[in-house]
Amino acid sequence: MTVSFQIFFTLFVQMMKSKADEEDYWNSSKFKAFTFDDEDDEFSTLKESKRTVNSIRCLVEEDDDKEEVEKVSWNGEPVSSKTLLWLLKQMFSIVVSLEKFRSLQDKLLLLDSCVAAHDGNVITAVLIYLKRTLSKEVLFRELEPRQTALSHLIHYLTETRDQRLLLELYTCLTCFCFQLLQYKEHLSIADENKRRDFLKSCLSLPFSPEDSSHVQDHYTLMERQVIIETTDRRAERGEKVERALILNMPLITTLSYCCLYHYSESEGTFSSPLNIRQTFKISEKQFFVTALGARAKLKAWSDVDALFTSRNWLGFTRKKSPLGFQRVVDILQKNSAPTQVLQDYVALVDDAELRITLAQKHKCHDIVINTYRDLKDRQQLLGYRGKVERGSGEERKIDELLNNLQIRWKN
Amino acid sequence: MAHSARRDCPELPDFSLLKRLARDRLIYLLEQLPGKKDLFIEADLMSSLDRIANVSTLKQHEVDKLYKVEYRPVVSTSDQLCFLIRPRIQTVKWIYVANADKAVGRLRKYHIIFTPQKFFACEAVLEEQGIFGDVTTDEWSFYLLPLDDDVISLELPEFFRDNFLAGDQRWVRTAGSALHLLHTLYGPFSKVYGIGRFSKMAYESWREQVEEGEQRARQAEIGTVFLIDRDVDYVTPLCSQVVYEGLVDDIFRIKCGCVEFGTEVTSDKSLKVMLNSQDKVFNEIRNEHFSNVFGLLSQKARNLQTAYDKRRGMDIKQMKTFVSDELKGLKQEHRLLSLHISASESIMKKKTQQDFQELLKTEHSLLEGFEIRESICFLEEHIIRQVNMMESLRLLCLLSITENGLLPKDYRSLKAHFLQSYGAEHLLTFSNLRQLGLLVEQPAGETLTVMESRVGKLVNDKTAGKLTGAFSSLAKKSNFRALSRKLNLVPKSDEEYDLRVPRDMAYIFSGAYVPLSCKLVEQVLERDGWTGLEEVTKLLNGQEFAVTADSSTKSDAQRIVIVVFLGGCTFSEISALRFLGREKGYKFIVVTTAITNSSRLIESLLGNIKGSD
Repeated sequence: MTVSFQIFFTLFVQMMKSKADEEDYWNSSKFKAFTFDDEDDEFSTLKESKRTVNSIRCLVEEDDDKEEVEKVSWNGEPVSSKTLLWLLKQMFSIVVSLEKFRSLQDKLLLLDSCVAAHDGNVITAVLIYLKRTLSKEVLFRELEPRQTALSHLIHYLTETRDQRLLLELYTCLTCFCFQLLQYKEHLSIADENKRRDFLKSCLSLPFSPEDSSHVQDHYTLMERQVIIETTDRRAERGEKVERALILNMPLITTLSYCCLYHYSESEGTFSSPLNIRQTFKISEKQFFVTALGARAKLKAWSDVDALFTSRNWLGFTRKKSPLGFQRVVDILQKNSAPTQVLQDYVALVDDAELRITLAQKHKCHDIVINTYRDLKDRQQLLGYRGKVERGSGEERKIDELLNNLQIRWKN
Repeated sequence: MAHSARRDCPELPDFSLLKRLARDRLIYLLEQLPGKKDLFIEADLMSSLDRIANVSTLKQHEVDKLYKVEYRPVVSTSDQLCFLIRPRIQTVKWIYVANADKAVGRLRKYHIIFTPQKFFACEAVLEEQGIFGDVTTDEWSFYLLPLDDDVISLELPEFFRDNFLAGDQRWVRTAGSALHLLHTLYGPFSKVYGIGRFSKMAYESWREQVEEGEQRARQAEIGTVFLIDRDVDYVTPLCSQVVYEGLVDDIFRIKCGCVEFGTEVTSDKSLKVMLNSQDKVFNEIRNEHFSNVFGLLSQKARNLQTAYDKRRGMDIKQMKTFVSDELKGLKQEHRLLSLHISASESIMKKKTQQDFQELLKTEHSLLEGFEIRESICFLEEHIIRQVNMMESLRLLCLLSITENGLLPKDYRSLKAHFLQSYGAEHLLTFSNLRQLGLLVEQPAGETLTVMESRVGKLVNDKTAGKLTGAFSSLAKKSNFRALSRKLNLVPKSDEEYDLRVPRDMAYIFSGAYVPLSCKLVEQVLERDGWTGLEEVTKLLNGQEFAVTADSSTKSDAQRIVIVVFLGGCTFSEISALRFLGREKGYKFIVVTTAITNSSRLIESLLGNIKGSD
């Protein structure tokens, strides 16, 4: 393709330089050529060059005539557009020297015409040519104000995995964030130690303050994961239990792992959940949710209970939860918590309607019964009688309540 | 279907011609390579190829063995290797790696067929590796695959990422060529409307191709075209789908009109099923709101039972007729019915598990603009609980677009939670989403006017080259609320909305929201242009156009409208357009660069995949 472009440019330039003689012709023929010396305004030039670019396309799409090598010399007389195209095709396989077409101005005008034609394929082709024939500094400088061409070059360099040049480009242009590009490289590093060290090197990159702390956390986490992994694998060799690998896992997954296997450790160890909470400044809610899920998975109901307990100033304990109790019930239920555990938490749901729905869903009969009693809803209680087991304690309780003359039912 | 079409609806043209053309072209290309050859096909192309030419056709043209392109050393004993691939640099690089033959001294013929077209960059790679002469190349100009009677796909999912994220216009001409093909075979088009940067470019590319080619006078079967960029309406693809076909796509992922139902549906072994109008059962429920589906299926089951029961009173002769004429059809219907009932049950189960109701409630709040803080709380909890990464991202984007960006404190907090729950490497994902304007921070209050005026000037500046990447997303403010008000996208919620007999396109989202893209189509067709929609187009950042050809005669063909989605289209939008067509007497043909949904859209923007651009 490069060869064909060179020929085309050369021929083109030859024709353009003789423009003065063919003024009449160019104005009347269908083929409107591109004149570099034109004083027309930008837009009409671009429009014309669009058509020029189309002929580039025609030229390189119909390349079946590659075999025909003919020496064709052009005597400078006007040619019709059809002949012109044929001529260009013939020139396809002829090697012509480049001395006529080398100026930066010509190259840029060509690039701009291609951009105006909105064909990414052609834009990239021209960029490949420019990349080969211009120094990096000149290329980058000229592309900086040319957003579309720049995007194409970046995409091309990404696809050819030319990381080095891409980084140079990003560093050179002020509006792009090369630090993210650099950071991205960590994904290609398989070995955990190397990846950790690479992340460390990313810390010095000029991220925004916010992103800086994220990258810092990433590094700290990776460092810690490596330590925990090594320690745990070593310890595991005695046991048969296969634990999930936490390398490259997100922070919360790591926390969950530590809540599963290192829950009771003191705050001094790397794998202690409390230590992780402190190091990464994990919110109370987040910690609560993760610990809840982990302990529920292990069916450690007393640990679950302990998460809620808090003392008020009078020394009484009440259950406090950063998460709505219906959500808590949801999580417990997903971990197959037994009814007697579930009902403790269903009972704590504030909203009566919601409480009843949940209680019914999880068959916490006592709660349903008590709630209907509290709401003084006779009808509902009667209706619920049919849902409990015949002859059960619940049925008896319902009957007792229904027969209780002291309750002022509302219906 | 629950609703009948207007009697004056025109007929759809026959698109099987597109398949025949593609097949003939491929056969021609294969015949250029005489002798036995092994064919390597890119995974993405296999399903498309399957619809065009099956294995026996290929074998008829001396294709010996078929392999999938996998980035592994080639194991083949054939002397001729043929590769059918998309023009990607990495694939071409793999091919010459496989060409290690040269070093070994073995001479094999290598032939690459690029589809739908060759790119210079790929040939440059061949040249760089010094094998440009050893490898022959060709183009299989297979642009359009009919997925159904009224849906045609370019099967180019990469269009979205390449154009919108990377800013690479490589597929613009492809889109133009696809249009040109349709224009040549089914046109000439007399009216073209469009909105969006790439729509404009594709239109111009098409016009150039029309001028380059020969004009043949023919009776137009399709008269109108509407082009729309995906980024004109990001809200619709981010919403959960609740029409049957959309749900099946969201849950089971339909590929090339085909879906694989696993054992949770079939209870036996997994089954690959074609989903199109040929499946009579599917055709009746595909556009229905899911709440309707069970009802319709039960009704069908009852009808089926009645039909079976007919045979009770039959004599031998009648029975024979019954068996030869009807039984097969009934059995087929029975099979399909069971399949869709099982699929529906599976969908129900999955959605109940996922707290779908709560999710939809949050979505609807965001669309309506109510209880935003509650939605943000829900979203925060969703992220904290590590429920589902894609779902979290989707909701984050929906929140950002509907609210014109997140408050800085919310943005920071939700981003931090997200990175903690799903991995710090999603810094890259957030960067991509910010670039597209899908997930952004509201700029700080005082600087807004300065920024706005500066950016506003840049947007109006015709030489778009002056816009740098950092500004381009700011330039495209979302303006969803304003658009929603002007176009009445969120119907009043006080009246009862009957999903069985819908009164407008909002039914596809349970009455909560009329898809913006489809609403634009409706309005422009009604007004025959953009007059009266100036405020709307301003909110959409302009780039609208309308062109009418000289022929002023109103023909039936003008009521057959091609809607071209550049960047992808969802099944929900297709259902909405079908509804619109029945209402107003149009027949819509959806041409899309690919079928999309929220998962595919977000997946294409994830930044944590190594080696992706």
